[in-house]
Amino acid sequence: MSTATMNNSEGEEHAHEEHHEHGFVSTYIFSTDHKMIAKQFLITGIAWAFIGGVMSLIFRLQLGFPDMDMEWLRWLLGNWITPTGKLDPTFYLALVTMHGTIMVFFVLTAGLSGTFSNFLIPLQIGARDMASGFMNMLSYWFFFASGVVMFISLFISTGPASGGWVIYPPLSALPQAMEGSGLGMTLWLVAMALFIVSTLLGGINYITTVINMRTEGLSFSKLPLTIWAFFITAIIGLLSFPVLLSAALLLIFDRSFGTSFYLSEIYIAGEALPNMGGSPILFQHLFWFLGHPEVYIVLLPSLGITSEIISTNSRKPIFGYKAMVGSMIAIGFLSFIVWAHHMFVTGMNPFLGSIFMLLTLIIAVPSAIKVFNYLTTLWRGNIVFTPAMLFSIGLVSFFISGGLTGIFLGNSAVDIQLHDTYFVVAHFHLVMGSAAFFGLLAGVYHWFPKMFGRMMNAKLGYVHFWVSFIGIYLVFFPMHYIGIAGFPRRYYSFTNFDAFSTFGDLNAFISVAAFITFAAQMVFIFNFFYSMYRGKLASTNPWKSNTLEWTTPRFPGHGNWPGAIPKVYRWPYDYSKPINPDYAEKMTEQEIADFPDYIPQNVPYSQTPETNTPQENELVKLEIESEDTIVIEEEEETNS
Amino acid sequence: MIQLFIAAVVVLLVALILVFRLSDLVGVIKGKQDKPDSKSNTVNAVLMLVFLIVGGIWAWQSAYSSFDLYNLPVASEHGVETDKMFWWTMGITGVAFIITQILLFYFSFRYRYKKNVRASYYHDNSKLEILWTAVPAVVMTILVGYGLVTWNKIMDKAPEDSEVIEIMGMQFAWKVRYPGADGQLGTYDYRKIDDANLFGMDLADRNSHDDFAPRELHVPKGKPVLLNIRARDVLHSVYIPAFRVKMDAVPGMPTKFWFVPTKSTAEMRVETGNPDFNYELACTEVCGNAHFAMRMVVVVDEPEDYERWKEEQRTWLSLNPEYLSQVPEDLKEVAMISAGIEEEKEVNGASF
Repeated sequence: MSTATMNNSEGEEHAHEEHHEHGFVSTYIFSTDHKMIAKQFLITGIAWAFIGGVMSLIFRLQLGFPDMDMEWLRWLLGNWITPTGKLDPTFYLALVTMHGTIMVFFVLTAGLSGTFSNFLIPLQIGARDMASGFMNMLSYWFFFASGVVMFISLFISTGPASGGWVIYPPLSALPQAMEGSGLGMTLWLVAMALFIVSTLLGGINYITTVINMRTEGLSFSKLPLTIWAFFITAIIGLLSFPVLLSAALLLIFDRSFGTSFYLSEIYIAGEALPNMGGSPILFQHLFWFLGHPEVYIVLLPSLGITSEIISTNSRKPIFGYKAMVGSMIAIGFLSFIVWAHHMFVTGMNPFLGSIFMLLTLIIAVPSAIKVFNYLTTLWRGNIVFTPAMLFSIGLVSFFISGGLTGIFLGNSAVDIQLHDTYFVVAHFHLVMGSAAFFGLLAGVYHWFPKMFGRMMNAKLGYVHFWVSFIGIYLVFFPMHYIGIAGFPRRYYSFTNFDAFSTFGDLNAFISVAAFITFAAQMVFIFNFFYSMYRGKLASTNPWKSNTLEWTTPRFPGHGNWPGAIPKVYRWPYDYSKPINPDYAEKMTEQEIADFPDYIPQNVPYSQTPETNTPQENELVKLEIESEDTIVIEEEEETNS
Repeated sequence: MIQLFIAAVVVLLVALILVFRLSDLVGVIKGKQDKPDSKSNTVNAVLMLVFLIVGGIWAWQSAYSSFDLYNLPVASEHGVETDKMFWWTMGITGVAFIITQILLFYFSFRYRYKKNVRASYYHDNSKLEILWTAVPAVVMTILVGYGLVTWNKIMDKAPEDSEVIEIMGMQFAWKVRYPGADGQLGTYDYRKIDDANLFGMDLADRNSHDDFAPRELHVPKGKPVLLNIRARDVLHSVYIPAFRVKMDAVPGMPTKFWFVPTKSTAEMRVETGNPDFNYELACTEVCGNAHFAMRMVVVVDEPEDYERWKEEQRTWLSLNPEYLSQVPEDLKEVAMISAGIEEEKEVNGASF
């Protein structure tokens, strides 16, 4: 790094330089440091992923081995095992509901965005911390409180919410309709309200930080794709989560205060309810106005993480940086106007169906662009298979497989048959479940050295990847057959129907594959906690990456950089930049081979004459001038 | 048995941890460099290729061998259309799937790390990018166009001569109601629902007097059938897999779906080679703990059999004559005639 640049941004540093000794509580619990908050989100997310995963194993037991005697689970499930040793059908629905809620919100929203937006935004944009550390802390603790409420709901006698993670009323509004719609549903709504507060506090912070606190020289056109992804995700969340809150509020009114937003002409439990004029479809519109963007809130951070990892480990710039940003913005925008494709056969006006089908299938275009750009990034790369890289490649594979089945479901005519069947289950588990989960894992493997100063064991990472990758395909690829055969979702058992009596063996196969996949995650958990304390100490930049977080010390303290914040001169993807022929001529073969294949963002062009293009050589002059006066090269676009 | 299994798992875990610890220590002794470990890199690269080939063969093999299981028989006019669309989409996405997955794993293998190789600094190509924006856009436009035409045809108004049948979802059963001889379904009011009057039929409406509510859903082959769909308590969804029919039943908001059955139950029994074959109607919107058990048998009759079946059905009112008291005085006589209630039965009604 050029020492000359350090003079420029000294003003803001002084405030942070004063280092306080913090106690245990303010360091590990009520911390306002973004890195600690990120770790809190991550470990809470892992805990929730474990719980959500165990739930899926229990209902996979029921689906794969419906005749099994489940008496041996009584220690865990108590009276949810019927006297005859079967899983209670109501509890089956509760499991499915909570699995969905936990995975979508607690793991793939909070666990993913919460971890990586918090961890990477300040580090990659060169900021000392988030715009508001206190709000950031509140964001975690609202999430934690939400988790506590949701966790408590698992243990009440009527069981947790059971009407599916989409909680469609009237089922979710009427305690007489099912046990889980009583106290369990109330707790679900309270937990989600807290969760939304957490998401909004976090989101506002992410957006503000990205806009205002980028280091000198880091224009939007030089932002790493991770930051772009987190930024767009936060905007989507900020615009859509309040709508879910309003949907939930109206549901609370309907449940507790006798209003009729969603209820009309209902006769239940021997009684005609007085509610008239409400519409259950209204809830679905409000829910999916969040629910669909939520898919991208889950997916975009993973795509951002993957872009970064694939580029770093292919030792190649990401292909089509602008197209990548453009397609993320397009996906973000389109995600708001496709929600009703979840509602083609809900009785919504079919004309709306045709509009939403059109808009939905447009989303395939930016998604396809992203896939092709990933493929071209790999092309003629020099690929290093770190565990993070493997998971990123796995993500791309899932994104393709699950994305393509979206084209079936987005087509309203085809969706008539496939809606609410296992085809949908297979589709979203691949494209948003597994893909986003792989993004999360890739991120953990990649940034673990920066989080904990140590390396995770790579061999265990390989085992974890290959078993998970194959396992997930074994679970969800054949699940499409069950879906095409028309098996409906959320069925406790299929034996009542002749039409659904096939595929017993396949369901057992899927369950076994799910168990193996889950077991592989234990390898990860072991590796994670073991490496945290016993892993090999990491070098500051183990992956030879360009972004700013790798310029911090092994254990970045409060304020991230001990000295001045680095200044940014170039885009983050200067990997394997060719050596100019004039210089290459004078170098020996060995020198060329040893020439670094990466140039971190904080290296000025004046230090890299060997690889500068003619335009970049022009910039060197500006850099020299800027030693005295601050010049931000906004006009410089040659790289992007 | 279970103890044995647990013991085996424990032994396996201990062994794994020991091996792991050992390799970890060996790694420390060897003092691994920052250079990529080229052996595991090659192993992973080869595994990518192996995954592509073995995975590809497995995927094809399993999809092929399960085909007869998941390729459902189709027995409605529009179902043939949507199936055709499904398989077209499968063809198009299948090509994209195969090409992109092959490229992904092949590139991963082909461009694995090699010492002294410098990756290409290749980060933009407008022509390529326009190409792969345009191709998906064109393909999507075709699919959208095709889909729109099909969707609009299916969702179009039902033909005038449709058989109108009401189907109602409740926890946890389906109920059907036919309009009877007058061809008009009587109106209903959910506040009139009770244990016998499941539909909440308004008996002040003379159209309701000849309505009948059988246990099975019968439909005529080759004639358009319009289902008027409603729900009594929570959301349900009418789903008849063989007809490719699905539509939610919403309390307070009637919905509808029309279709033309093309194969009678008898014909389908021959086609599937299953003498016990029955069309089934299921619920696909979670509605409570017995959601998975909301089954109704659907029977497709030849048109003449259908007419005969309809004539055999007794009206709801004649089966529940005590509800005659809800019929306004001036309509009672007409009601008894259209409901097919004979005088003496009504006289003996008390002993009923």
